[in-house]
This record gives sequence, structure tokens and C-alpha cells, in this order.
Amino acid sequence: MKDFRKIFVAGIKAAWPICLGYFPIGLAFGVLARKAGIEPLYIGAMSLLVFAGSAQFIAVSMLSAGTDPVSIVLTTFVVNLRHILMSSSLSVYFQHCSRKFISLTAYGVTDESFAVNQTRFRSGSWTPGEALAVNQVSNAAWVSSTILGGYCGELIPEGSFGIDYALSAMFISLLVLQLRGRLYILTALISGSLAVLLAVLLPGNIHVMAASLVAATFGFVLRRQASRRVKDTHA
Amino acid sequence: MPETEYLLLVAGMGLVTYLLRWVPLFFFSRMVLPRGLVEWLDLIPVSIMSALVFPDLLTSGAPKHLDLFQVKSIVAVPTLLFAFKTKSPGGTVLVGMLLYWLAGRL
Repeated sequence: MKDFRKIFVAGIKAAWPICLGYFPIGLAFGVLARKAGIEPLYIGAMSLLVFAGSAQFIAVSMLSAGTDPVSIVLTTFVVNLRHILMSSSLSVYFQHCSRKFISLTAYGVTDESFAVNQTRFRSGSWTPGEALAVNQVSNAAWVSSTILGGYCGELIPEGSFGIDYALSAMFISLLVLQLRGRLYILTALISGSLAVLLAVLLPGNIHVMAASLVAATFGFVLRRQASRRVKDTHA
Repeated sequence: MPETEYLLLVAGMGLVTYLLRWVPLFFFSRMVLPRGLVEWLDLIPVSIMSALVFPDLLTSGAPKHLDLFQVKSIVAVPTLLFAFKTKSPGGTVLVGMLLYWLAGRL
């Protein structure tokens, strides 16, 4: 068992690109929510309770349009469906953790923390404690940047030092680390192309889940067929 | 919108989001998953990351429309090469930001 400080430092080392990326998005969200008439501390309450960037943006624009709360909650549910897949994929690394610990970690499963933690777990040098640290460090960055945006978002110049590209670059590098063979490259190409097509055709971001389901299933079938062919030649 | 109503809305949003994250993590980590499911789940991360990256680089606007040759996607080419060469997420983030910033100044 590593001591708390070591785990926390490891979490910060892994999570800094996420924090960098959350900062401009959080500020922008704070500005938008403030314009919609939400006080900074209430902005913070949403970030703390929901912790899902795209769903929060959509909720604020729906609030501005006077949409009823039930529709907003339902939309949030649909927008965040993709997290089912992320949590499922992470679950194999949490087999020996307590119920309490898992319940705490589940709170912080976002696109970004999932990508970072999944990559680290896969490389074999990662523990559930460090994953939780990544989640909580990212969460602190998200909540604080949205509150800051609510207080003084307009005063901070936009797009300095290419900060708007931080998350794009992070995802590019983590995707590259996932490409561990021909089957993974093929699955990535199928998922990516399909996601672009669906993103253009469908509202919200259901395309992430839909494309992932189809591509993973396709890759799975290919893998099964390949292993069957190997068996046949050895028969 | 009154404060109480707003907080109820936010609590509802938080609850549905948390459940989506909690249910699979909580129950799957307590089960021995069939081999087929494990093999399928093995392909989920690469699928999700592609499904996040490609639309981010190749579409823009709301609602999204195809935008193949935007600054984001052009900068992605050298960023991708750097990522392949170094396999370093931290370095790739810094290089990507630098290139994007430079591209914005052109």
C-alpha cells in the first residue's frame, strides 16, 4: 500500500493535461451559465453534482430556452449514456476494492479520466487508488474553473498558448497508445469514421456510444473468426 | 427558476449521471465476466477514444457539420506523428498546444 502523498502526486502527474484542458472549458461554461442567470456558487453546485461537461452545457442552454426540468434530466441521461461503456471497461481493474471505494471512484468517471486511467492500468503500473486521485484532481479543476468563470470569466483572454487544444492533443496521444496491433487500428478506423458520420446526423453526443458499440462488436467478430481459422489450420 | 427548483434539477442530473457511472463499475467488478465479454470489452477503450477523437477533429459547429480541413485537424497530423514517435501523452499535449498556438498566429 503506497502512502497517501505518493498516490496523490502520481494522480497529479497523470491528471495535469486533463486539468489544463478543463480550465478553458470550465471558464467558458461559467461565463455561459452566468449569462443564463445562474450565480457562481450554484454553477459550482452543478459542476460538483453532475461533473459532465457536455451535459452541463446542454442543460444550461435548455434552461435558457425555458425547457422543463424533467426533459433536462432525461437529456442528461442520454448524453451521458457513454459512461456505461467506460465504467464497464474499467471494472476489471477494481475487482479487489471495497464497495465504498468503488462508489467513490465511479463519481469521477469522465471521458478524460477514463482515457488516462485506462491507458495507465493497461500499462500495468497503476492502482485503483491512483485512479481515484486522477478523478478527484480533475474534479477539483473542473469545479473551480467553472466557479471562476462565473465570477470573472470575461476578464480572462481566450485561447492563450493553444490551451484550447490541450484535450484534443491528449486524446490523440492516448488513442495512439491504444493501437497495439492491426485489429485495434482497424477497430479505431471503423469507430472513428462511424462516429463522424453519426455526429453529423444525430443531435447531442450519442454517436460516441453508438459508434463504439458497433466498432467493438465488429472487431470482436473479426478476432473470433481469425482464431477459428487458426484452429482449423491446426486441426 | 427558484433556487430550490434549480437544486432539485441539478440533483436529478447528478443522480442519473452517477448511476450510469456507478452501476457497471459496481456490479461488473464483483462478477467473473464470461471470456467473450472480456474480449469484447478489450476493444471498447480504443473504440471510445476514436469515437471521441475523430469527430473532435473533423467536425465543427452546433449542430455539428463536416469540417475536414480546420486548424484542429491540420495540427493533428504533426501532433499524431509526435505521439507515435514519443508515446508521451504529456509531451504530445505540449507540442499540440504549441502547434495550435502557432497555427493561430499565421
